Amino acid sequence: MSSSKRSTIIVEHLRKQQMWDAISKGKRLDGRNLNETRSIEIEQDIIKKANGSAKVKLGNSEVVAGVKVETGEPFEGLENKGALILSAEVLPTASPYSEPGPPDEETIELARVVDRGIRESYMIDLDKLVLVPGKIVYTIFVDCSVINTDGNLFDATSYAVVSALVSSKLPVFEIQDGKVVDTGNKQDPPITTIPISITAVRIGDVVILDPTAEEEACMDARITITTNSNGHYTALQKGSTGAFTVEQIKKAADIARIKGEEIRNKLKELPKTG
Amino acid sequence: MNQTKNLIDENGRRTDGRNPDELRQIKITVGVVKNADGSAFIEFGRNKIIAAVYGPREVHPKHMALPDRCILRCRYHMSPFSTDTRKNPAPSRREVEISKVMRESLEPALILEDYPRAAIDLFVEVLQADGGSRCAGITAASIALADAGINMRDIVSACAAGKIDNKIVLDINDTEDKEGGADMPVAYMPHLEQVTLLQLDGILTTEQFNECLDKAICGCNMVYEIQRQALMQKYFGNETELKEEQ
Repeated sequence: MSSSKRSTIIVEHLRKQQMWDAISKGKRLDGRNLNETRSIEIEQDIIKKANGSAKVKLGNSEVVAGVKVETGEPFEGLENKGALILSAEVLPTASPYSEPGPPDEETIELARVVDRGIRESYMIDLDKLVLVPGKIVYTIFVDCSVINTDGNLFDATSYAVVSALVSSKLPVFEIQDGKVVDTGNKQDPPITTIPISITAVRIGDVVILDPTAEEEACMDARITITTNSNGHYTALQKGSTGAFTVEQIKKAADIARIKGEEIRNKLKELPKTG
Repeated sequence: MNQTKNLIDENGRRTDGRNPDELRQIKITVGVVKNADGSAFIEFGRNKIIAAVYGPREVHPKHMALPDRCILRCRYHMSPFSTDTRKNPAPSRREVEISKVMRESLEPALILEDYPRAAIDLFVEVLQADGGSRCAGITAASIALADAGINMRDIVSACAAGKIDNKIVLDINDTEDKEGGADMPVAYMPHLEQVTLLQLDGILTTEQFNECLDKAICGCNMVYEIQRQALMQKYFGNETELKEEQ
């Protein structure tokens, strides 16, 4: 257990007992079923200064993601690919327990797990974002700010990033006389698939989807599973200090694929503004 | 996205000559750091990793102590000379994340309630990295914890499986990790049959996912045998009937 555990909410013993009782009967304290996710509200293109943006509310968890596009040097070993850089910050607004300062362990994990879901699914075809091979490439920054936390920041942040990237318009850069010039034109990002992450937690022997902060405070173990548009698995992350059986993992993986498809369809129906 | 190089040749051998279901050579030496309460050195292919445990001992700063149990602190760190290009010695985001998942993969095996108000500090130093260093690190760390005499429910064994040339294989090495299709590190408690670490990067179908998970657990069981022999070697010496497996 790390010191960062202190930042999670404290649930009273009676409340915990109530939660366990409800869960063992297949119900949750907010009235949801075990495999039911909270409502998702997505607003795209809310930040006009960004190249793409989205605000996602997953229950009371709220995240804003913004896309900014620049040019820069490619990463070492990836000379012929555009660069994608993802960061996340839990703002001091997010809960009485969050404080300003450098990201703690949990926030670093959050950014890296969301990044893995986007990167490993090849959501953005980075091969198409090269200006001068080995020298100058598009650099796509996706920065996420968590405004309010009520559990499952992994999925809320992931949906915000995906929605922001889908809504984004990239500037068209050209090389003129050896210099990078912004032509003022815009282009759609080269999107190949829509990755959707689904987080489940185990409380006792029961696995539930999309935990609230209160449920996370009582969880034994957590797993985040990302699938792409073909229903293939592209990223996984087990978290927290408990364990899963192989059966629990395989079952969660099946549910993540089916639920992921539902949420992907929801994202696809969004009116594309901007 | 698409691999160009062949990572499996016409005889079914991988770039380092292994079969698809073969682990790299693993050698574990127990008790290598004299000052530590427990330690282990693992050579896992070309990975060379030291794990050292101090504790249970008093917690500093004191406010971190818990009244009912011990805290486990874990630091995974790569030496600057451990990689092809020099690694900045400051902890990277990757190392912070691995330290966290490593701690979470070991905690289920430890009976921390036995040491209230204390801390166990675990240091995992990668001297040479060769792909799969988190699995090798967890494997060494759980032996170091056992060597420190900490009460445990089970040993944690770790091994990755992955996809290369569209085939599921055991124990991905550095080249296969960089050029292959998927990498799934798994840590497992062999007696309790529980998965304590699970990660994935890469694309797998449902069938491949299930095959990959089963194969990784198979690998963990193989790693466990080697861990057990290393501990037997230290504590029972050559009297053991177990011969080191090649």
